Amino acid sequence: MGGKIIMEHGAGGRLMHELIRVIAGRLNTHRRGVDKAVFKTPRGRVAFTTDSFVMKPPVVNGCDIGMLSVNGTVNDLVTMGAKPEYLSLSLIIEEGLAENFLMRIIGSVGDAAKRAGVKIVTGDVKVVEKGGCDKIFINTSGVGRVYPNIRVSTLNAKPGDAVIVTGSVGDHGAAVLAARGEFQLETNVSSDCAPLASILETLVRRRTILHTLIDPTRGGLATSLNEVAESSGVIIEVEEEKVPIKEGVSSLCEILGIDPLYLGCEGRLIIFTPLRYAEETVKALRRLEVSRDACVIGRVSGRSKTGEVRLLTRVGGVRSLPMLHGIPLPRIC
Amino acid sequence: MRFIQEYRDGELVRRIANKANELLERLGREVKIMEVCGTHTMSVARHGLKGLFRGNLDLISGPGCPVCVTPDSGFSLVFQAAEAGKTVITFGDMMRVPLNGRSLLTLRSEGLDIRVMYSPYDALKMAEEEPGKEFVMAGIGFETTSPLFASIILQCRRRGINNLRLINLFKTMPPALDMLLQAEDLEIDGLILPGHVSTIIGVKPYVKLVEKYGVPAVVTGFEPVDIVESVRMILQQLVEKRSMVENEYTRTVRYEGNVKAVRLMHEVFKPVDSEWRGLGVIGGSGLALREEFKFFDAVKEYGLKPVETVKPKGCLCGEVVRGSRKPVECSLYKRVCRPDNPVGPCMVSSEGTCAAYYYAGL
Repeated sequence: MGGKIIMEHGAGGRLMHELIRVIAGRLNTHRRGVDKAVFKTPRGRVAFTTDSFVMKPPVVNGCDIGMLSVNGTVNDLVTMGAKPEYLSLSLIIEEGLAENFLMRIIGSVGDAAKRAGVKIVTGDVKVVEKGGCDKIFINTSGVGRVYPNIRVSTLNAKPGDAVIVTGSVGDHGAAVLAARGEFQLETNVSSDCAPLASILETLVRRRTILHTLIDPTRGGLATSLNEVAESSGVIIEVEEEKVPIKEGVSSLCEILGIDPLYLGCEGRLIIFTPLRYAEETVKALRRLEVSRDACVIGRVSGRSKTGEVRLLTRVGGVRSLPMLHGIPLPRIC
Repeated sequence: MRFIQEYRDGELVRRIANKANELLERLGREVKIMEVCGTHTMSVARHGLKGLFRGNLDLISGPGCPVCVTPDSGFSLVFQAAEAGKTVITFGDMMRVPLNGRSLLTLRSEGLDIRVMYSPYDALKMAEEEPGKEFVMAGIGFETTSPLFASIILQCRRRGINNLRLINLFKTMPPALDMLLQAEDLEIDGLILPGHVSTIIGVKPYVKLVEKYGVPAVVTGFEPVDIVESVRMILQQLVEKRSMVENEYTRTVRYEGNVKAVRLMHEVFKPVDSEWRGLGVIGGSGLALREEFKFFDAVKEYGLKPVETVKPKGCLCGEVVRGSRKPVECSLYKRVCRPDNPVGPCMVSSEGTCAAYYYAGL
C-alpha cells in the first residue's frame, strides 16, 4: 500500500475485498470476522454487524437512505442466521441539509425498523461543514440472537445444494442508476429494499436445512456467488434463463451496457439448501410477500479448490461468471 | 423487450448453429472469421457462443474497440490536458486505461477535474453551465461517435460556446479493414462487419473491399441469433464459393447508411492518416478538424504534446487488436493483467478482447 484510495476500493469487487483483507490483517482480525461476528454468550450465540450507508442520490424510486440503513444491517444479521433485534443509528449530516428532508429520512428509519421488528436503542448525530460529506451518511450496527439450530456460513455450501434466489435481481442498483439522472432515461424500475427477517423465520420454522445465506448487495448476484464459491471451494452452476430479472431492469442494462447480474439488490437473499428441500422451500417462500418470486436458479455441481461460478447461457453456451472488477462503466458505442 | 428477446431464442440459435456446423463439415477445413467489432466479441463471450460451433471454426477478434486501438501517444494528450488544469470529459471506458503507471481514475483521486459523460451532449451542457471553466472532450470512437461530436462542435459555433475543445482521436473503420485483409499472416476467411458503424456508413463502403479481396462479409447485429446467423451466412458463401457483402442487420442498417450523420461528419472533419495501436499508421483512417473548426482543436490551442510512454513489458495488446494473437497467449493475461489491474487497454474497455475473454472465463 502506498498509492491512493480510488472509488473502486469501495465498489464491492476484488479491490475492496483486498483492501478489507489488508485492514483486517493490520488489526489482527480474522477476515471473516470483519463485517460480521458471531460470539457465544451464556444464553446462546449473538450476531453483531455494522455497516455505513452512503447513497447518491439519497432518495431513489422505492428506497431512501433511511430505509436502506435499517434493512442493510437487518439483512446482514439474517445472513448470519440471526433474528435481528437491536440497532444503533449514527448520522453524519452536511451543514445546510433541510430539516424537513432529515425528518423524512428519520421517518423512513422508523418505518423500516417497525417493519423489520427491530428497536433502535442508541445513536449519535454529527454535523460537518458544507462539502464535508454528501448530504447525509448513516451508520448502523445491529445485534440479534442466532437461531439455535442454524449454522450458516459462506464456507458451508456443498455439492448437491440448490441455489435459490428470493426474487428478481438488480432492482436496487438499477433504481439508483436511473435516479442519478445522468442518463435522462425514463424507467419504472423500483428498488427491492426490504427486510428479510421474515424469510429466515419461515425457514427456521419449517426446519429447512440451510448451508449458506448471502444477500447480494454491492457487486450483485455474480459477486456474491463468487464469494460463496471461493469460500466454500465449490463450483456453482447458474442457469441464465432461470434468473429472474424485471423487464425494466434488463432494458436499462441493455441501454447502458451493464450486466444486471452485477447490480446490487437490497431485499433479496440467496439460499443454499440441499436439493431435496429446494422445491418445498420455494413453495413456502412464495407465500411470503417479500419473496413471492423466489425460484431455484442453479446448483452446486462439484468441488473446486479456487471456486468457480459458471453461467449456462440461454442459447446453450457456457461461460464463467467472474467477480466484479471495479465500477461498471458504460460503454462508448 | 421487443427486438432483443426474439434474438436470444435458444431454440432458434441452436437450429442455426446446427446448419452452420453442417456447412463447416462440408468445407472440411479450418475457417477463420473475424468479428470486427468489440461489441460482437463481448456478445460472443457473454452468451458463450463459441461452444455452439463444432469443428474448425476460429472466431478471431478484430480492431473494433475504440479504446484499444488508440495508441498511448493519444492517451497521453488526454492526461496532459487534465494536468494542465483543464476539465477533461470522457466516456467511462477511458477511466482505467493505464499509462506509465497512472490512469484517469488515479489522476482524479489526486484532485484533477475529470468527468464521465454518457453522451457528448453532456459535455455541451457542462460547458454552457460553467462558462468560467475550460473543457476538453476526449474524442475517441469510430463513425458511430464522430457525427455526434461533429454536431456538438457545430452547435458550439452556432451558440458561441468557446470553452469546449476536442482532443481528436477519431478513427474510421474501412481503411483498417483494408489493411487487415492485406496481411498475409492473418488469412481471414470472412468478416462479421460492425453493426453500429454500419448503421452510420451503410453497406456500400465495404463493397469495394470485398471485391478487392474476395472475402465474404456480413453486416451483423449484436444478439446471439444475429451472430450465429452471420456465421452461417459467411459459411454458406464459402461453400458456394461466393464473396459479397450481405446485410443480416436489416432491422437497423440501410444500404446507404445514415446519410445525414455522414454529412455532419464530413462537414466538420476530413480524412487524415492516423496511428492505430498494433496496426501502425493507416492512410486516411483518421479524422482531422477542417480548417474552419481549428478553434476547437485542444491539442493545438493548449500546445499539448504526446508524452513518451513505456510499453509495458510482455503486453500483447497490439497483436490482440490486430487479431494475430489471442489474449490467452499473453503471459500477463489473468496472471498480472486483470480488469481491476489492466496492463493494456484491451483489458480495460468493456469492448476489449482481453476483457471479453476474461469475462467469459477463457
